[in-house]
Amino acid sequence: MKTTTPAVMRQKWWTAWMYLAPALALLIIFVLFPTLRTVYLSLRSSDTTQWASEQCRAGETCWGLLENYRQALTTDQATTALQNTALWLVVMVPGTVILGLLFAVLTDRVRYESLAKSIIFAPMAISFVGASIIWRFVYNPDPDIGSLNALLGVIGIGPQTWLATDPPFNSMLLIVVGMWVWTGFTMTIISAALKGIPTEIIEASRVDGANEWQVFTHVMLPQLVPTLAVVGTTMTINTLKIFDIVWVMKGIKTDVLATRMISELYLFRNNGLSAALAVILIILIIPVMYYNIRQFNIQEAAR
Amino acid sequence: MNRVLRERLISIINRIPLHVAVIGLCLIWILPTLGLLITSFRPQQAVNETGWWEVVKSQEPTSTAYQTYCTDCHGANLSAVPSIDLGASDVVSGFTNTRRLAVTFNREYNGAVHIPEDQRPDDESLREILDYLRIESGAIKMPPRFTVNNYKDVMVGYDARGGTYDQACEEEGPTPTRSCDFWEDATRSDAIFKGVLNSFAVSIPSTILPILLAGFAAYAFAWLDFRGRKVMFALLVGLQIVPLQMTLVPVFRLYADLGLNGSFLGVWLFHTGFGLPYAIYLMRNFIAGLPREIVESAYLDGAGHWRVFRVIIMPLALPAIAALSIFQFMWVWNDLLVALIFLGNKAPVLTYQLSQLMDSLGGGWHRMTAAAFISMAIPLAVFLLFQRYFVRGLLSGSVKG
Repeated sequence: MKTTTPAVMRQKWWTAWMYLAPALALLIIFVLFPTLRTVYLSLRSSDTTQWASEQCRAGETCWGLLENYRQALTTDQATTALQNTALWLVVMVPGTVILGLLFAVLTDRVRYESLAKSIIFAPMAISFVGASIIWRFVYNPDPDIGSLNALLGVIGIGPQTWLATDPPFNSMLLIVVGMWVWTGFTMTIISAALKGIPTEIIEASRVDGANEWQVFTHVMLPQLVPTLAVVGTTMTINTLKIFDIVWVMKGIKTDVLATRMISELYLFRNNGLSAALAVILIILIIPVMYYNIRQFNIQEAAR
Repeated sequence: MNRVLRERLISIINRIPLHVAVIGLCLIWILPTLGLLITSFRPQQAVNETGWWEVVKSQEPTSTAYQTYCTDCHGANLSAVPSIDLGASDVVSGFTNTRRLAVTFNREYNGAVHIPEDQRPDDESLREILDYLRIESGAIKMPPRFTVNNYKDVMVGYDARGGTYDQACEEEGPTPTRSCDFWEDATRSDAIFKGVLNSFAVSIPSTILPILLAGFAAYAFAWLDFRGRKVMFALLVGLQIVPLQMTLVPVFRLYADLGLNGSFLGVWLFHTGFGLPYAIYLMRNFIAGLPREIVESAYLDGAGHWRVFRVIIMPLALPAIAALSIFQFMWVWNDLLVALIFLGNKAPVLTYQLSQLMDSLGGGWHRMTAAAFISMAIPLAVFLLFQRYFVRGLLSGSVKG
């Protein structure tokens, strides 16, 4: 905050608060208060009338006040959700970053760059529900409807019921959808950073006899590392929160944290467990977000 | 000259792999959507029988089978036998299926069986012959390659198997769930058109409100002095961490107490609350970067804060407002989670209707694809029109709840 207010702009003490009040009120009601309340609810029973520890039964494992967290971390359904979330992270984050980098570098060299980028970016504009429909159509088991089966039919592979395949393969198919949507995002940001690299450096290394691959690995990549870190962490957060694709495509055991949480809330009315899952989510997000903001500031300062 | 030409040629050839890679990847990206778009314009029967990629194939029934088995007797013009004129639609209409056609092969003709057992066409050829006869004689009309009926059907929420809304209205007329007045039916709650209206009803206030309130707050953060300014701004930036999921349970319960579940107001306020941290952050950074002299001279001329805010700051902040509006609008339009929890089927928005259609498969892919495309048309148009602002918004960093 570099600006200091000059004398002519002095105001009564309540002027600023008048401008702030509406936004602050909504922030308190919809963000701050519910966040704290979720933490509290995560320690309460499913109908929130008593403490979670009072649901413990003698002779069964119970974490007392943290009983909801035990359920969120150790039951079968929960571990499936955690495993799938981990799978999403491991595949989707590097996947989108590498693909985005590839697109950014490739499209940088062609004249129809903006058209190509628009095509890759367009899935970002549509809803995840729309994207899920598009891909359910692609994955349709009937080779006269689903283009994937039709395509594989050409090389002699019979039709598969893709979305009914066993985990974790079915989750991989959903991750493909996620990557199709998010690669446009990573590409746009990486591409902007790529354009920021001074052309003199690149030209100079070419004159020095470096081939394109060496220019990429030795000149471009080191310059891009801070951006890749920001994009990677942003994608980590986005992936942790992924909901719509999994919710709409509905495979067998494809649950992730967010869908598990909504199922507990919406279908089973289990407020406590749902809140515990939300807290787990934010606990996973905070360190990534901290790193993300720090990297972003470093990158901004370097400009 | 020759050397220059050769070098240019070599450089073009060298670049071929690059173009193949870029165009190939773009094709992979666009084909799924293209398939959806094409399918949404195809008639139901065609969708069920052939893939969308076959739409370029000729639909004309082939005459090969007819030529093989029938030309000798009936002639190339189908009318060589006057008593059985295969070019007449009433004769061909008698063959309601391939079996009816096959039966005629056993009949006596000029003292012999019409077609001897060992020379008869197989089932596929039989089918081909019948299709050919039907179209050629005019017994049935060639189904159109493309149709807008799917769009009409989903707009009014018509999801009966087979048939179209137009046909049903023509043949059966109005029913208790269908008035056959297009616009009246289109505003029933399961009609996609109603979903479009609901989506607009949710998105527009949910875009204006947070930006307006963020404008006020950003002005205070950028140009006004008050205690705790730095701390509060830092806290606000921090609030961007909070994922939407974190606040659903308490707000859901709060709304249940206030009776706000299922109301537009509830969704507007929720989206506003969630849009604010990012909007304030972006607006503050933009407004604080405006030239100081303009603002100061306005104060010296005796303008008050309200006037400066309205007449100077807001117009100058238009680029930031544009980027934010597009972002927020598309975010809200495409949102399923908030709409699912707080509106559900009480005021179904497009994304909710789509997810429901998906569960029931809403009367088949021909309609499903049309519904999906209606939901995509608006954000895609917004994106293509305002791409510049959209990208700028992305690059100003940070992620959204």
